[in-house]
Amino acid sequence: MVSAMHAIDRKLIRDFRRLWAQALAIALVLACGVAILLTSLGMYRALEETRTAYYERNRFADVFVSTRRAPLSLLRELGQISGVQAIEARIAGDVILDVPGLDKAAVGRVLSLPEVGQPVLNVPVLRSGRLPETPFEVAVNEPFALSNGLQPGDQFSANLNGRKRVLTLTGTLLSPEFIYTLGPGAMMPDNRTFGILWMQRAAAAAAFDMEGAFNDLSLKLDLYAQEPEVLDAVDTLLEPYGGLGAYGRNQQLSNSFIDAEIKQLRSMAVVLPPVFFAISAFLVAMVLGRIVTLERSEIGLLKALGYSDVEICIHYLMLAGLIALCGVAIGWAVGTWLARGMSQLYVEFFDFPFLIFHVSSWVYGLSGAMAIAATTFGAARSALAAARLSPAVAMQPPAPPRFRRTLIDAAMSWARLSQPTVMILRSLTRWPLRSAMSALGLSLAVAAVMASSFITDSLDTLIDQAFYQSNRQDAVLVFAKATPLSVLEDVGRLPGVMQLEGQQYHVAVLRHGQFEKRVSVEARFPGVDLSRVISATGAVVEASAGGIVLSDVLAEQLHLRVGDMVEAEFLTGKRGRYRMLVTGLVKQYFGLGAYVDLAYLDGLFGRATEVTVANVTLDDAALPDLHAALKGIPNLAATNMLTEARRSFEDTISQNVTIMTTVYITIAVLITVGIAYNGARIQMSERARELASLRILGFTRWHVSYILVGETMLLALLAQPLGWGIGHLLAWSMTAAFSSDLYRIPLVIKPATYASASLVVLGAALGSVLIVRRRLDNLDLVSVMKTRE
Amino acid sequence: MTAGPSMPATSPTEPRIVFRTEGVTKVFANGEVKVRALDGVDLELFSGEFAVLLGPSGSGKSTLLNILGGLDHVTSGRVWFRDTELTGMGDRELTRYRRDHVGFVFQFYNLVASLTARENVQLVTDVAAKPMPAEEALDLVGLAHRMDHFPSQMSGGEQQRVAIARAIAKQPEILLCDEPTGALDSKTGVQVLEALHGINDRFGTTTVVITHNAEIRRMADRVIRFHDGHIVAVEVNTEHVPPSQITW
Repeated sequence: MVSAMHAIDRKLIRDFRRLWAQALAIALVLACGVAILLTSLGMYRALEETRTAYYERNRFADVFVSTRRAPLSLLRELGQISGVQAIEARIAGDVILDVPGLDKAAVGRVLSLPEVGQPVLNVPVLRSGRLPETPFEVAVNEPFALSNGLQPGDQFSANLNGRKRVLTLTGTLLSPEFIYTLGPGAMMPDNRTFGILWMQRAAAAAAFDMEGAFNDLSLKLDLYAQEPEVLDAVDTLLEPYGGLGAYGRNQQLSNSFIDAEIKQLRSMAVVLPPVFFAISAFLVAMVLGRIVTLERSEIGLLKALGYSDVEICIHYLMLAGLIALCGVAIGWAVGTWLARGMSQLYVEFFDFPFLIFHVSSWVYGLSGAMAIAATTFGAARSALAAARLSPAVAMQPPAPPRFRRTLIDAAMSWARLSQPTVMILRSLTRWPLRSAMSALGLSLAVAAVMASSFITDSLDTLIDQAFYQSNRQDAVLVFAKATPLSVLEDVGRLPGVMQLEGQQYHVAVLRHGQFEKRVSVEARFPGVDLSRVISATGAVVEASAGGIVLSDVLAEQLHLRVGDMVEAEFLTGKRGRYRMLVTGLVKQYFGLGAYVDLAYLDGLFGRATEVTVANVTLDDAALPDLHAALKGIPNLAATNMLTEARRSFEDTISQNVTIMTTVYITIAVLITVGIAYNGARIQMSERARELASLRILGFTRWHVSYILVGETMLLALLAQPLGWGIGHLLAWSMTAAFSSDLYRIPLVIKPATYASASLVVLGAALGSVLIVRRRLDNLDLVSVMKTRE
Repeated sequence: MTAGPSMPATSPTEPRIVFRTEGVTKVFANGEVKVRALDGVDLELFSGEFAVLLGPSGSGKSTLLNILGGLDHVTSGRVWFRDTELTGMGDRELTRYRRDHVGFVFQFYNLVASLTARENVQLVTDVAAKPMPAEEALDLVGLAHRMDHFPSQMSGGEQQRVAIARAIAKQPEILLCDEPTGALDSKTGVQVLEALHGINDRFGTTTVVITHNAEIRRMADRVIRFHDGHIVAVEVNTEHVPPSQITW
């Protein structure tokens, strides 16, 4: 028996070698599932573990709040709030920097360090040099130093409290607060023009006029603390001191970006791999079913020779197992490579002091086990059928497939279809499950292409609305505090400024019944041209006096409709609660917009007109002069060059979309090839005899090819509408998954996207079936005469 | 061995030659072993005759039938169909030749499982130059009442008769049958032979039947015996027996 087992194993290996092309087509689909599971789950765990470890080691705070100016004596009371474990009060402020070698102004976020020792919370990691020890020394975040080629000992200057000071760099740091570092109003991280500056408390206090006070607070909560209650208590205590509303980690900018990434990885790990495993299982079922049919008499023979049912069953399961092994090997290799590429991307976007970016061995184990489970599941039916065949029955030829006349046949006769066409249609209806599964698989391929390429359509719409319809200014100049309107005259005199409009930004809590949201409220002059509010229909919307215009998402979160009253508690400007009428809703893709009339707001505040930002259009030729001039302007907290932001946003997006589209098209092609190639091979095997008979009867190669190619291509065509539907659904769920308070992606799918998805799949299907078709040229017409199937 | 001059005695005038072969040799290379399936066969087949090729397995009769039917190429020698030389024809021309002139009947029927009897016949009538209606062909083999049945709903004899109907529907000049009764019992086999005989009688279709079954020779005009790739004897049968009197 031992030597006989060897023989059956040899049969296994030879069968596998004979089937290599079909096995490879399945293995590649399986490999997609394994690779995606490995990458997404691996990176998800890695990113989450790295973040958790970093937060723990460096005591990342749980609650954050900014305030205008609160006395240090308040810390005692704040520390006594129930659930607060530790507290860190700082001075924070934005300053304009003049960095040698940088032709434009950079913005620095200054954070104070305690007089003695390390901060209690958000402890920075020293990467090089040392912490600042004298008033004009600073440490900066490492990415800022690297991007600008700064090293300890280098100097640059900053506008501190209206005076230009030379600062000396003593060291570089990383902080858990700034894993994802986004400048004020920026859409993409830009480490050259935005940096974090840590300086001694005394120096920061002098710069921002904060002696004996603080304006930035972080709190660490104990395990049993109720965060909402702590937030309320903090807000109450800080209210007299211009508190801007406390928030938890979920609204901390850096953390919420990482959260979004982690969430995306997790949903990718949950949604995508099962699709590939299901398709692989189906393909294995299809191929193995055919093999068992073909090997009927051999199975009978093996049983007659004394092989047990279990041995036969295992023999066929092992054939599926070999396919799984190939898929797992390819999947692991590709997945490891992808994970490495992805961690490269994370290193670029996220600033961690250490990386736990390796994929754990259990993830390899899990992906391998799932792949083997999928193929075993797919093989089970055929393997069991082989085991159950009684030897006597097995050695007889199988009964011919049964066809019966149905209503469809009546329709076909009525339509006077040619016999080859009737053969194609009968085959589809004879194996409805197989046809339906194949069509479903092909439609998933169509959907996969759509799910990636629709993003271009959506982002085109988003970019057009955000950059070319709404925000048409070239730059936004942000003042450190509200400034009289006359400041616009100064700005107008700056070199290269062509068009100029002032605007106010305020922090406010909007309330409606039990719902409330902390948002930024924009106040504008009527008829402005540069920064406009645009509705979904493209019309300009303006808030009238006494009214407020909201973005539809914000209105939805607050359960507000046009005509409702909303309470706005302003935390900046003149603090107070005001009731406003919701006069309009607009569809927007960035942020949670709320808009009021500027004159009306200043009237409420009972003050002369002020502005907090200036929107400008610029003459490109004068840009160097402008940047030089901006570096010297006091009271300027930040400059956002929107033209550059647009370009870098578009570049980043197009680069990411290209990568994503390439990956998804590869996936779609692999699925299509897996289904179309295997389907055609099986058809070829089932039909070889019929097709050869037709050749003998005088049918040309073209005729016979039509039957083979026709069935696959008809299935592929039938799959298109379903694919478009699934693609649409997938695109919708992706836009829903991507949307957050920070941004939303509109669901836009252009006809060209449907068309290109279909072309990719139809092309891949045709290519696969044409490869199989070549076998028709070598059909052995003679043997058909003699042999029985 | 020349089999040309031997003619059916019943023929009143000089019969027309349908097939002529000259020194036909076919060698199959099976790995390193070469098998000489046909070894210098010279043969003439005449219009309207019912010829039976008889011989043991491997004697070369099927190989010859395949070459006559345009399914296989000779290794050496020449073959003519009327005045047209088949040897040297390309794939396209052979396909055309099969479509226009030859009807095939196989041992295992080779019906398309997904097509009904009528549709299987229509496969041929759709592409032939001057076919008879599919229904008429099925009627000729006695299957007018089974036209809309699928192969899985018919007996072996019925399936073979559908195959014959399919072969004759194009009104071919030649009917090539490879062991048409090989998979059938005696009773259904006789039904099939009757169908073939009826066609030969009625349309004068040259019919070549390969068989192991020596009984079938009793209904033939000529019997050509094969052995080891050679024609060893050609017998003219003077006493035709109707198929109904044949049993095995």
